[in-house]
Amino acid sequence: MLEIQHLTKVFNAGTVNEKKAVTDLSLTIDDGDYITIVGSNGAGKSTLFNAIAGVFIPDSGRIMLDGTNITFEPDYSRSVYIGRMFQDPLKGTAPHMTIKENLALAYLRAGNPRPLSRISRKDEQLFQDQLKMLEMGLEDRMNVPVGTLSGGQRQALTLLMATIVPPKLLLLDEHTAALDPAAANKVMELTNRIVSEHHMTCMMITHNLKQAIQTGNRTLMMKDGQIVLDLKGEQRKNLTIEDLLRMFREGTHEEFDNDRILLSE
Amino acid sequence: MVYIVQTALQLGCIYALVALALFLSYRILDIADLTTDGCFVLGMAVSVSMAAKGHPIAGILMAILSGGCAGLVTAFLQTRMGVPSIIAGIITNTGLYTVNLMVMGWSSSVSLLKSETIFTIFRSTGIGGSWYAILLSALITFACMGTMRWFLSTRLGLSIRAAGDNRDMVSTSSIDPRRMIMIGLFLSNCMTALSGAVAGQLQKSADINAGTGIVVIGLASLIIGETLLQGRRSLTRNILACLAGNIVYRMIYAMILQTRIIPIECLKLMTALIVALSISAPYISDSLKMKNRARRETGHA
Repeated sequence: MLEIQHLTKVFNAGTVNEKKAVTDLSLTIDDGDYITIVGSNGAGKSTLFNAIAGVFIPDSGRIMLDGTNITFEPDYSRSVYIGRMFQDPLKGTAPHMTIKENLALAYLRAGNPRPLSRISRKDEQLFQDQLKMLEMGLEDRMNVPVGTLSGGQRQALTLLMATIVPPKLLLLDEHTAALDPAAANKVMELTNRIVSEHHMTCMMITHNLKQAIQTGNRTLMMKDGQIVLDLKGEQRKNLTIEDLLRMFREGTHEEFDNDRILLSE
Repeated sequence: MVYIVQTALQLGCIYALVALALFLSYRILDIADLTTDGCFVLGMAVSVSMAAKGHPIAGILMAILSGGCAGLVTAFLQTRMGVPSIIAGIITNTGLYTVNLMVMGWSSSVSLLKSETIFTIFRSTGIGGSWYAILLSALITFACMGTMRWFLSTRLGLSIRAAGDNRDMVSTSSIDPRRMIMIGLFLSNCMTALSGAVAGQLQKSADINAGTGIVVIGLASLIIGETLLQGRRSLTRNILACLAGNIVYRMIYAMILQTRIIPIECLKLMTALIVALSISAPYISDSLKMKNRARRETGHA
């Protein structure tokens, strides 16, 4: 469904700060895949996501989605079929607007309603039902500005906004990393439920190795802008964190260095 | 006294449109749009020139449209040409000076002697008696305020608000933030030009320098209104604050004009001071608090 061919992106090319973020990366993703991505700091995970989402145009390479070349399509028009969530809960919502208004904006992805129409009763009912699913009591606070919600609530709302019109592909960039453990579990549980309910194709960056091997059906490990490990099917069954780290060492002759991974658990 | 109040209400209603325009560009879109000064004169020039030719109502409509176009130029410069927003406004503003001269037939002022204006047309209906001018300006202003409140809760209005509130979030919701800036600046400059258009037909003249400092006065009224009505709590309050703030500003202005407490030539300086102080108030109070804490906790500052 998604095909990335020889993707390369260099930041600050030709200066002392030159950084090869992604180098000649190719990847094919099947419909319904739920992929977890781990990697060292600066391995190019977020750059890969930004390229898929269209935040920038790659220096070279192609991105094909369902057979269409989307390499040069701007991010806002890709967002109709590619959902995105960031680590920072503040990034996904408009703080001075109400929960209802935020959801109405996300729901614009459903298609072209008349621009001068107001939020209809029907939409409001839909938003309320969807909010109930989160089990956070947000359905009774539809007219509250989002800025007054906690990080966990905001991130759950962002998840709902990203999926209220089910995207073809959902990109999650460490979306639970900034939350406290209880909220992180809650958001993760919601994510898994929504992804499996809609049979969504999903890519998730995580620094939690346990989560990486337990969630989804395929795990990628990235280093220096390339994919160094690609585990699926039999290989991935019964995989332990130790196996994963060993395979990384053998593949790259280097220790896996990600401060947050070493510190967690 | 009645005269002071009447003048303040009159001008307050007309210039509230500038505050409303700035509310849209500065508060909602978070863009300091400096097209305002030139755009105000553009509206005035178009409306007075057309009234002089005998088309007062068409003059108002054309003024609105031409103001909107000026806004589009600024928006185009900043969203498609990579010009920083403040500079984009200044560039358009500078260019408008020539355009305004051109509209007024290459003279620095135009006056209407016996031509009809929207005010004389309205007076001839007999509605409002001697308050007809205030009534008409109030009607225009309330119509704009109502339309604005309605517009901001439509889907397009929501998208524009979000573009000012969180630009990242907007592009993940399939909205093109650049287009929202285009539409927002178009509308806000339509209102600025309308303000100039009505003011011009009221005073029966247009002057190339009539717009100097309009943006600062608009901001002053916006801030005075917000402080008085605690206006940042809801959109309705915020919109009402534009009008209230402007009337209060005009009251003070008229009072100074009458009593001459402050020499009238110093008024622009006073306005500039008021705006600078009110915009920086939260910052000043924060840093004062921090200094006090430092003094308390370390014994010296």
